[in-house]
Amino acid sequence: MPIRRSQRARGWASAATDRRVEQGLGALAVAVLVFIAAMLVTVFAKAWPSFSHNGLAWFGPGGDVDTQLRAMQEVKALPGHSLYYFHAWPLIWGTLLTTVSAVVIALVVSTLAAIFLTEFAPEPVRRTLDPVIRLLAGVPSVIYGLIGILVLVPYINEHVISEGRRESVHYVVQLNGADVMTATLILTIMILPIMVAISAAALAAVPASWREGSLALGVNRWRTIWRVSLHAARPAIVAATVLASARALGEAVMLAMVAGGRGFAPNLLDGVTALFEPVRPLAATIFQNSEGLEIAPLAHTIYAIAAVLLVSAAMLSLAGWTAKQRVRRYGIRV
Amino acid sequence: MSAFGAAGLAPAAAPPPGTAIARAPRERTSAWPLLDRLAYGMCWAVGVGLCLIALGIVLYMLVKGVAYLRPSLLVEHPAPSAVQSQSGGFLDPIEGTLIVSAIGIALAAPSGIALGTWLAEYRRPAWLARSVESAVEIIAGAPSVVLALFGLLIFDQGYLGFLSQTSAGGGVYGRSFLAAGAIMAVLALPLVVGATREALTRLPNQLREASHALGRTRATTIRRVLLPAIRSDMATGVTLGLGRIIGDTAIITILLGVSLTTEPVGSTPLIGALRGTGSTLTSYVYANSPAGEGSAPQKAYAAAFLLLLIVLALNGLVTWLSNRGRGGGERGRAFALLRFQWLAARPWR
Repeated sequence: MPIRRSQRARGWASAATDRRVEQGLGALAVAVLVFIAAMLVTVFAKAWPSFSHNGLAWFGPGGDVDTQLRAMQEVKALPGHSLYYFHAWPLIWGTLLTTVSAVVIALVVSTLAAIFLTEFAPEPVRRTLDPVIRLLAGVPSVIYGLIGILVLVPYINEHVISEGRRESVHYVVQLNGADVMTATLILTIMILPIMVAISAAALAAVPASWREGSLALGVNRWRTIWRVSLHAARPAIVAATVLASARALGEAVMLAMVAGGRGFAPNLLDGVTALFEPVRPLAATIFQNSEGLEIAPLAHTIYAIAAVLLVSAAMLSLAGWTAKQRVRRYGIRV
Repeated sequence: MSAFGAAGLAPAAAPPPGTAIARAPRERTSAWPLLDRLAYGMCWAVGVGLCLIALGIVLYMLVKGVAYLRPSLLVEHPAPSAVQSQSGGFLDPIEGTLIVSAIGIALAAPSGIALGTWLAEYRRPAWLARSVESAVEIIAGAPSVVLALFGLLIFDQGYLGFLSQTSAGGGVYGRSFLAAGAIMAVLALPLVVGATREALTRLPNQLREASHALGRTRATTIRRVLLPAIRSDMATGVTLGLGRIIGDTAIITILLGVSLTTEPVGSTPLIGALRGTGSTLTSYVYANSPAGEGSAPQKAYAAAFLLLLIVLALNGLVTWLSNRGRGGGERGRAFALLRFQWLAARPWR
């Protein structure tokens, strides 16, 4: 049977097509790297004036952040300082406070939930819990913020904060229910699903023979989980924690709504009162000042905050990715 | 005993006599030490607590939504007014959500699938593959406010003025549906890439080998055999990306401006709207919450309820797709076999 001309031509063409497809896809992959590089370079270039005016003191405490930001908005330098004068410590402290406490609470709760999901939950409960966790992960942050600001904040304001507590700090700060505690609570619920999902996947992938060995030695189910499964799944739990921290760090909208929106640094030595004091984390500060980016000093400062966030989130993502690679070696897909 | 047990089951499943399976009595929790029993109780409390929280959120939004959502809200434009009954509905935000997610998915789906394919099938050179993997991970972890600020830096360049509006002085505004949609695509990209890559690595190697044995090139194998076999996984990734896009507020408020109504630029119907600014459901909820400018909690509740309904629907879609995908091990293989027959009959393709 004679080979048709077009057929042979296509045969030739298809080898070339193969090469071209690989090159095209490779070009796209390079484009992703270019995107990351461009993002780092441009954000840092835009942020540089703010860092160079303040030096390392940018990260330190000094004065009221809100006054400094307002001075930039009104283009009226504070007496004795340049227009770029900015010390971000209260914002950084607010970010650390909300992120770290949310992640610590979520670590405990998500580990228990993952154990429950893989070991103890009866089949019908497991089948409801799976979609529930996916739903909690899918609810937009603005809805969490709305419920927070319309339900939790008024409740805490009216029923939890006592008059005495309000009086004790009224010359420094107003307590109105939008505070560290509300923000941490909602943030915990927001980062829980991702942690539960990764930890549960890892626990489920622990080889059954390891657990059976422990059970055969007469160790009860809880201790088996605690000593065998949890230890085996540790890298995955580390990965989940790190990835959730990155998520918590970048949360802006919900925190702008319920954290109090005031650049205040609560003093932990005040005890419980510190929980009821307002903060404004870094991402929320960007979100709330996104209107005035036409004013050069304010724009440089906001981009400086963005640069700090970008670098810390990137570090956390890379750390999480490295931890996940270790899990992958055991054949667990997360 | 075993005869009784077997009689209850289907006759075909009855074990041959003498092979009754001995099961240890289920270990009772009451025999555990106190500390272990406490931990067991905490596990249950956490599991039930999570269900209660989710139920609480859905029920609360349902009550508020049913109370404040009126059909007229869906077809009225937002109007600036201090009185809640006169501030209009949210037709424009619904349009905005549709436009932004359409642009975002149109950009993210093809590039995400292509990137996932490259990561799973080619990965040459290896160092490039590893750095691209970590780059995708960085994008997935980057805060959306930072992505939005970066978008603003790109789109207010002079030569990109055609994507948004140019002011009289020659300055480029940098905020438009196109800009917001493009950055939204970046937000959705890691989810599509992850889903595609995972599904491709899970496919059995025989599929590729059989296709190569038929004389197909790599590109043809991917297009005609592998990608059709993971169709539902790709759809899952795209749906997850869509959920991320619909739920994001930061990119919208920074890259789409603050006006609640759709404000087209120029007189060209479609292009004008895409170059213009507007709002989406998320930015509408934020603007009408006590944290935003116009405080109209009833409108915020109604719009948030609609948003939650969309999210629930997308969630259901993901569950349905992944259930289909789970059968996909078998079904995907059968499907691939059909494709081989189809390909074998057409050697010129």
